[in-house]
Amino acid sequence: MPKSIYLDYAATTPTDPRVVKAMQPYWSKNFGNPSSLYRLGRVSQQAIAQSRQLVAKFLGCQPEEIIFTGGGTASINLGLKGVLIAQEKNSHLITSSIEHHAVLHTAETLHHAGHKISILPVDKNGLVQLKNLEKAIENKTVLVSIMMANNEIGTLQPIQQLGTFITKLNKQRLAKKLPRIYFHTDACQAAGALDLDVNKLHVDLLTLNGSKIYGPKGVGVLYVRRGTPIQAILDGGGQEKNLRSGTENVPGIVGLATALNLVNKNKIKENIRLIKLRDWLIKQILTKVPKTILNGHPNYRLPNNVNVSVLDIEGEALLLHLDQVGIQCSTGSACTSTTLEPSHVIRALGYPYEAAHGSMRFTLGKQTTQKDLKYLMSKLPPLVKKLRQGSPVNIQVQEITQAVQDAPRKIKILK
Amino acid sequence: MKIKKTKSRSKAAQEIDLTPKDNKESWVYSKTVKQHFFHPQNLVMDASKITDYDGLGMVGSPACGDVMKVWIKVNKKEDRITSMQWQTFGCGSAIGATSMLSIMVTENKGMKINDALKIKPQDITKRLDGLPMRKIHCSVLGDKALRSAINNYFLKSGQKKRLIEESKRLIDKIAKVTDSDIEEAVLDGALTLEAVQKKTKVGIGNPSVIPEVKQLIRFYREKYFN
Ligand code: FES
Repeated sequence: MPKSIYLDYAATTPTDPRVVKAMQPYWSKNFGNPSSLYRLGRVSQQAIAQSRQLVAKFLGCQPEEIIFTGGGTASINLGLKGVLIAQEKNSHLITSSIEHHAVLHTAETLHHAGHKISILPVDKNGLVQLKNLEKAIENKTVLVSIMMANNEIGTLQPIQQLGTFITKLNKQRLAKKLPRIYFHTDACQAAGALDLDVNKLHVDLLTLNGSKIYGPKGVGVLYVRRGTPIQAILDGGGQEKNLRSGTENVPGIVGLATALNLVNKNKIKENIRLIKLRDWLIKQILTKVPKTILNGHPNYRLPNNVNVSVLDIEGEALLLHLDQVGIQCSTGSACTSTTLEPSHVIRALGYPYEAAHGSMRFTLGKQTTQKDLKYLMSKLPPLVKKLRQGSPVNIQVQEITQAVQDAPRKIKILK
Repeated sequence: MKIKKTKSRSKAAQEIDLTPKDNKESWVYSKTVKQHFFHPQNLVMDASKITDYDGLGMVGSPACGDVMKVWIKVNKKEDRITSMQWQTFGCGSAIGATSMLSIMVTENKGMKINDALKIKPQDITKRLDGLPMRKIHCSVLGDKALRSAINNYFLKSGQKKRLIEESKRLIDKIAKVTDSDIEEAVLDGALTLEAVQKKTKVGIGNPSVIPEVKQLIRFYREKYFN
């Protein structure tokens, strides 16, 4: 069998065999529609109820506050659109420039629907700053959505700090009869590594999904704090407290809950292991491959994320070469994106096009070993060297760091 | 957008058509592209070693960030290109397409310069057994760079009459957008007015030019994608 080293766990994870096993009975045997009253229906209903309880336990919330959806994107759409359409037109949403497209494109749609959007800049490491959030808040602000961990560069946002600030501010706003600000976080990337206690985080809405935590694809969770005004964006049979109509994906829901349970069991140990591997790889790349820059925060980053810009080369070419020797990873190059735009995340850090073009992401996971990374390091330097020799470009690291320093970091407003 | 099938499409190209018709989704390289990508022909590994050449050209697509450099040698008596060497900062199909182009212009004792000037992106993609829709512009980089190298040869060898004027026409005075900017945008996959505006800002502060822009978009779409 040809070598296959998967280093793209941030794209998706393999489903844990124990998860597959837990899902198994709900395909053909216990296939009943949870809305049906007879025994088969009740079995499905109960499976969902137990899954809901399990998920609620990890989020430190009530089971009624958990809505199962069709995935991360579905949860985000429901969270953002659902909250905004429950408000009057011209309401205000604040988000950040490095969010996933599920958030940014939803924000654009809300803008077209008559709402005002502010997009916060990030610093050179990808961090959102509290002072910018403070600046962006207006009387009409009703929702803030900031991701917990970034999918491309792995930077962890200070969600707890932002959440605490919003909670305090809401008390003052209440006295002034201003609308309460709700706080959503996209925790899809964070769910496998961080503590998701919604009360510690001070969030009102939280999104996570199965496919990033060794669970099934196509199933997600939206936590909605009790009392949050939210409307359905799908009309139908009224499942999931009328917020997500459509027959429940029973095997998927069971799979997601099982997966969440499994990653939590081993979280601390696995984090320590991954951080060691991550830091080893970062150091190796930065010292063994000339003209490389680490993207994202050196410390506040996901335990499994390595993202570097390799200057003078284009990411897709390197990706194809690595694929040829059995290594699977991803790039922020424009050449691989459907829009031919380079990664908006890398650009938001202040990098010029060329550096975004050469950004490579390696994300580690349960199956990743030191041996895999050593193999990667045996291939990466010579491949980069080869591509560089055939490249007419010669950028200096200094130029990039200067560009990052000079990058304008302003709040972008869509109104 | 639907791509019209021409009879000359090879089997491999038809295979590519099996991918979703939406141009955004197609993402399969033909065997020929892969072959040239992994074994690029006439690629320059050390530009500092090239001292003996008759023409040098370089082009870049700022929207995409790709850069292409081409060196040619010419048999002056026969007016043929005898060697074409190149470097690129670009993706798999940019590498594949330029490698193929370098073969096309140098095979059979070398191509006459007048013929080389006529090479169209379609000719390269055909020889490559097709490229994914949104990768067509990569092959354009190669033929543009070749043309600019030939122009440089004309200049260096004093053939003033043969110089190709890179004629640009200003379309939108306010946004300072030329017809070649629009051409570039279409090549980069902006096939609608909205998409072109997103890239170039043409007509946004100057709506009177929009009908002309639309016409140009149609023209370039036909030129490259039909
Ligand atoms: S060089 Fe950018 S897509 Fe081919």
